[in-house]
Amino acid sequence: MNFPILSSLILLPSIGALFLFFTKSNKENNITVKYVALFTSLVNFFLSIYLWILFDQSTSEFQFIEDRIWIESLINYKVGIDGISILFIILTTFITPLCIISVNNSIKNRLSEFLIAVLIMESFMIGVFCSLDLVVFYLFFEAGLIPMFLIIGIWGGTRRVYSAFKFFLFTLLGSVLMLVAIISIYWISGTTDVVKLYELGIDAKYQNLLWLAFFSSFAVKTPMWPVHTWLPDAHVEAPTAGSVLLAAILLKMAGYGFIRFSLGLFPIASEIFTPLIYILSVVAIIFTSFIALMQEDMKKLIAYSSVAHMGFVTLGIFTIQQQGIEGSIIQMISHGLVSAALFLCVGVVYDRMHSRLISTYGGIVNIIPKYSVLFMLFTLAALGLPGTSGFVGEFLILMGAFKDNFLVAVIASLGVIIGAAYMLWLYKRVVFGKLVNLDLKEMVDLNKSELFILTCLAIPTLFFGFYPEPLINTIEVSISDLISAYNINVVDN
Amino acid sequence: MSNLELVFPEIFLSLSIMFLLILGVFKKNSSKLIQNLSLIILLIIAVITFNETLGIEETLLFNGSIIIDYLSSFMKIVTLLAAFLVLIISSNYLRTFKIFKIEYQILILSSVLGMMIMISSNDLIVFYMGLELQSLALYVLATFNRDQLKSSEAGLKYFVLSALSSGLLLYGCSLIYGFTGSTNFNLIATQLNSNEYALTFGIVFILVGLAFKISAVPFHMWAPDVYEGSPTPVTLFFTMVPKVAALTVFIRFLYVPFLNLIDQWQMILVFLSIASMLFGAIAAIGQTNLKRLIAYSSISHIGYSLAGLATGSNEGIQSSIIYITIYILMNLGFFSCLLMMKRNNEYHENIEDLSGLSKNHPLLSLSLLVILFSLAGIPPLAGFFAKFYIFKSVIEQSMYFLAIVGLLSTVVAAFYYLRIIKIMYFDKEKEKYDTDHSLWLKFSLTASTLLILIYFVFPSQLIKVVSKINII
Repeated sequence: MNFPILSSLILLPSIGALFLFFTKSNKENNITVKYVALFTSLVNFFLSIYLWILFDQSTSEFQFIEDRIWIESLINYKVGIDGISILFIILTTFITPLCIISVNNSIKNRLSEFLIAVLIMESFMIGVFCSLDLVVFYLFFEAGLIPMFLIIGIWGGTRRVYSAFKFFLFTLLGSVLMLVAIISIYWISGTTDVVKLYELGIDAKYQNLLWLAFFSSFAVKTPMWPVHTWLPDAHVEAPTAGSVLLAAILLKMAGYGFIRFSLGLFPIASEIFTPLIYILSVVAIIFTSFIALMQEDMKKLIAYSSVAHMGFVTLGIFTIQQQGIEGSIIQMISHGLVSAALFLCVGVVYDRMHSRLISTYGGIVNIIPKYSVLFMLFTLAALGLPGTSGFVGEFLILMGAFKDNFLVAVIASLGVIIGAAYMLWLYKRVVFGKLVNLDLKEMVDLNKSELFILTCLAIPTLFFGFYPEPLINTIEVSISDLISAYNINVVDN
Repeated sequence: MSNLELVFPEIFLSLSIMFLLILGVFKKNSSKLIQNLSLIILLIIAVITFNETLGIEETLLFNGSIIIDYLSSFMKIVTLLAAFLVLIISSNYLRTFKIFKIEYQILILSSVLGMMIMISSNDLIVFYMGLELQSLALYVLATFNRDQLKSSEAGLKYFVLSALSSGLLLYGCSLIYGFTGSTNFNLIATQLNSNEYALTFGIVFILVGLAFKISAVPFHMWAPDVYEGSPTPVTLFFTMVPKVAALTVFIRFLYVPFLNLIDQWQMILVFLSIASMLFGAIAAIGQTNLKRLIAYSSISHIGYSLAGLATGSNEGIQSSIIYITIYILMNLGFFSCLLMMKRNNEYHENIEDLSGLSKNHPLLSLSLLVILFSLAGIPPLAGFFAKFYIFKSVIEQSMYFLAIVGLLSTVVAAFYYLRIIKIMYFDKEKEKYDTDHSLWLKFSLTASTLLILIYFVFPSQLIKVVSKINII
């Protein structure tokens, strides 16, 4: 395999963005601009599917490795994937074209700039998921802040400035400590190459501090309680496509980081800090679920539910059980699909009524039936109904948790019930009930593009709900090897 | 004196200055001619320095009072190029204020001469001579727009405070001379006796004087006022060129004679660095004038390059030089934007004047966006790499506290850069600015933006060049 497929995946959206930059945007060629962006992202999507076909599931070795000298005698540009990262890459390339289709309805001005930001974002996100060098990882990880800051700030709602600043500064503050840790690793081990670091291991006496530095960055990005407060603000103010990107892909960077770096590089510290993660996760699950219950803004409710779902993910990761970590990854993929769909659902009614308040709606089931059906499906997927991908993830996570710590698992299971409560209550208040607000009668049902996007998201949600085998097969070997390496390290010390 | 050709650039420059002065006096309305001649002279000297002295072995001249090595040649080229760029982008501004006079170019050339002497100095007296030559030229440059109250005030303030710091510096020199019996850096190094507390006092006084010249906290008070009052191109000159020269002297002074006393001066540098980084970041938040803001931001950036110097290692020196080079590039871009904010023969320099720039001037605001994110140190732009090298060398010496404070202050600093971006991109647009900028201005903006943007493609190039600088 000499064709640099991963670099092409990273570069292609940027090239598309560059192309858009030189296309003058006006009313007539807004369509052209959109097709260019869509075409680029679709090519990227098929390329990533091709990657999945070529991918060898029987090994946990990194594949498609590209290793080039980047800064001499310091950093190599090294990318490669294993079973854990490939799913996130596909999720990214899958969500981006849907985002681009969805801008039809929500983005009114500066369309081409918006698409440039989205495409550059895609480049950075793919970069995050396939970089095998800590500095390269940090570079992509941080660079993603720029387009997201602009997406929230330029195209966002009324409090967009506050939210954009909060988003940027919170995540930057978390990340700078990670940079200190990365440079320290370089001086401790002489390399920032992840593969080499896996082999060498990091001296146990440094692991705790390094783990905490990485944790500070990932905890903000995940986001974990109590540093989750930027997320509801960012979600509420971001345009629909921005929320989708944020929920579906950006939040997954931290979960991925926990598995790849916290578990992989600092097993001893991870073992020590597992109780901390458990406590924070359980608090996140219970506490933010209750907060979500009380929200009056639909987007805010879904944002808080994201925090709760990510609580499950972090819980699952640190069970260090095969099922737990598999569940976490499936939960992340599923949450990527479902929360994206839910934000789009909110976007659909928002575009028509310009209100995100739950109290505006009610009794729309007869007015927009198609919408109601799809919204129902995603609501159920979000609360983890069997037969949807959400169930598989949550079930596996809880299974892993029961193996590791009974009490934590019981409390987390309670969170599932509250989760069902707020999602169903949301659905009830928005879709069912009496039609009080007579303006709602004017609402039109889903148009073709909206229907297409939501169906696209519904298919994998259901498919992987009934048949999660393809996902599990892809990640199984990588995770079991990760766990055995982890256990060897922990036992040794 | 077989090596006289090595100081040919300095000799050529001083002769040219005299020639231009005479030409300017005898030929009426010759400012345009002198401008072009000065540009050519600067380029010629840069080429000569590049060809003749870059890459030769360390050579001492005039009884060891002048040193020509890789560091001096590199810094001279940076100085010359920066001065060249300042000259080419300043003509429009000067014409607008009707101060496009021959003195401007000549003063810039003389200050460059002073800096070249500073950079090459290996002796306290030579160093002081160069310093005063450049300072005298800079005082006049600060007041160059003499009809404006603020400009005169800036010049006066700069003169008084700078004279004070020169006094301290001289006092330090005399102490060092008294206790080592020499003014030559290499000789001082051999005469060191770490038990002499007066020697430490001497170092402290000289450091204070130097810290003043690069406006490191707590000797920064003049910078915001002077930067705000001076004509914009002169401010640009202030933020870039004298800092390069002063930083070189910093390196030479600390690492040649006093390397063995590192325990004594390291603390001072760490303090200067932390104070500058934090203070620069926090004080800039409340500013409304862009030139004042960039003054505080430059204080903060100087803090980072001092952090590199505080490490006491070759990597630290190199990272500091890389930092200042990239910083010059970013500053050049920023001021090019500032010089483009012109409407009806009036330059606007308040933050509010940037409001909604992205609607009226998408390309200009995009460049400014890139430059600001780079100044904030966000990857993958050049500014990130500059900070990365600094923190790499700092952490290598296990100075974790310095690294963490530095990185936290980048977060604080990010706030005010973001505020500018917010005003440009999120706020309502105002009237359009003129677009008839000179070709050179457009060139310098495009070039600096592109270099910042694509620096990550070939980051090794600059390192390769700088890594030849080995002082220790």
